[in-house]
Amino acid sequence: MATLLLAGTARAEVPPERQAELRRLLLHDCGSCHGLTMRGGLGKPLLPETLAGRSDEALAEVILQGVRGTPMPPWREELSAEEARWMVQTLRQGVSHAR
Amino acid sequence: MPGRRGLLGGLAAAALAAGRAEAMTAERGTGDLGLVVERASGSVQIVETTGRSALGRITGLGDLSHASAVFSRDGRYAFVFGRDGGLNKIDLLQGELNRRVLQAGNSIGGAISDDGRLVAVGNYEPGGVRVFDSVTLEPVEDIPAAYGPEGAARSKVVGLADIPGRGFAFSLYDADEVWTVALPEGGAPEIRRFRDAGRQPYDGFVTPDGRHYIAGLFGEDGLTRIDLWHPERGVQRVLPGYGRGEEPLPVFKMPHLRGWAVAGEQVFLPAIGRHELLVADRWDWTERGRVAVHGQPVFAVARPDGRQVWVNFAHPRNDVVQVVDTESLSVVHAFTLGRGVMHLEFTPRGEQAWISVRDINRVEVFDTRSLARIASLPAESPSGILLTARAGRIGF
Ligand code: HEC
Repeated sequence: MATLLLAGTARAEVPPERQAELRRLLLHDCGSCHGLTMRGGLGKPLLPETLAGRSDEALAEVILQGVRGTPMPPWREELSAEEARWMVQTLRQGVSHAR
Repeated sequence: MPGRRGLLGGLAAAALAAGRAEAMTAERGTGDLGLVVERASGSVQIVETTGRSALGRITGLGDLSHASAVFSRDGRYAFVFGRDGGLNKIDLLQGELNRRVLQAGNSIGGAISDDGRLVAVGNYEPGGVRVFDSVTLEPVEDIPAAYGPEGAARSKVVGLADIPGRGFAFSLYDADEVWTVALPEGGAPEIRRFRDAGRQPYDGFVTPDGRHYIAGLFGEDGLTRIDLWHPERGVQRVLPGYGRGEEPLPVFKMPHLRGWAVAGEQVFLPAIGRHELLVADRWDWTERGRVAVHGQPVFAVARPDGRQVWVNFAHPRNDVVQVVDTESLSVVHAFTLGRGVMHLEFTPRGEQAWISVRDINRVEVFDTRSLARIASLPAESPSGILLTARAGRIGF
């Protein structure tokens, strides 16, 4: 299912220097709620299997807009739509190697 | 200690052999020792505050992304709580991992009982508190954070702290409750539930005298207070409506309440989603003022003499530490240290402040009077700095 979705979506384009910053943000800042290994904390787990079944766009929208009434903040001031999609695709590959 | 290794599982024993710190000195006390948690590499450094140096590193401690630690009452052992449910017992004198158990899937922090016998861990998954013997790390008690119809749901546990009387207090994030539990020796646990304790408690702490448990709330403006001398009085709100209907800012990192500042007559509390410290009267808990600060506060720690409170901030303003004068309630100094200032800890008499700066991989040490930097130690993505003086304090 996840592979199908991935196959149907274009790879997000982010310059390599920015990728390094996004990885750092993902590990440390997203990681402060979702765990450094994305197995969850106050925030839900963000693992390939827990994200399967939802589109890159839908998940990127959650990242940009946040989830009202929960601690998930909106990241739209810091991330473009393309960057949010890149984050989702990186999460789908599993970030444990991203260090 | 070779005899003890037999008690450990194969994996843990391997980690232990690999994990021993290199350069421990033979005979010394532990009063000036402490730990620096290296969050990304699953290791800790043992440091000393007299010569301001690192004595060694212990590896193989699992996922330390949210790590905290407490100390045995003799100051010899540290119990380090990993995010992955690992409970690690470190021998500061031998410089080695003494024991390690994987006690849950996902945990947030822990506490040690006033008699030093019990170590409790607060877990997200499965939601609840598990209690262990501090010598052997054998399980002693399992307290599921059950709520809802027939107690079918399990809540994430946050803000676990020791309270006087061989007990612990903690908050149930999903259930809007605070619980206290006393664990009399040889008797059944005595649990007291405080319902409707406020929406989405995200952390909690105990005042230094052990009298009040305070929980911070994410879901409403205000904090919750329980008077542990008078639990029958139930839950009381502190600073309700501090945001007065204004739209809060998005919160990029939850404040950590343990170590929040009680200084002299005043308690400094984080205003969630605001660039402010709230100041309450220590005795009647009414508002005394506010301090406008650089960003959303994460830790605010009082220098032990109570004259200053040092504050760090959430992403994206996490490169700064501000010093607040507690008499004038004004910011008297700011340091710009590099991105990812994670934690700060004073030496027991307050003459030094140790500050971890994640992205430059350093721990910076300042003289708190001259504000000059007096040491800078390399560390890998350092987060928590925890000194053994915590062993003698309620709620640490
Ligand atoms: C302050 C805490 C916090 C931070 C920081 C945070 N999140 Fe979240 N996040 C949450 C919470 C809580 C939820 C669950 C919301 C809900 O109940 O639906 C969540 C949900 C999500 C979801 C939806 C998961 C699902 O299965 O529905 C995604 C995707 C996500 N976060 C990505 C991110 C990314 C990427 C970052 C960093 C740029 C981040 N989060 C930072 C707290 C946080």
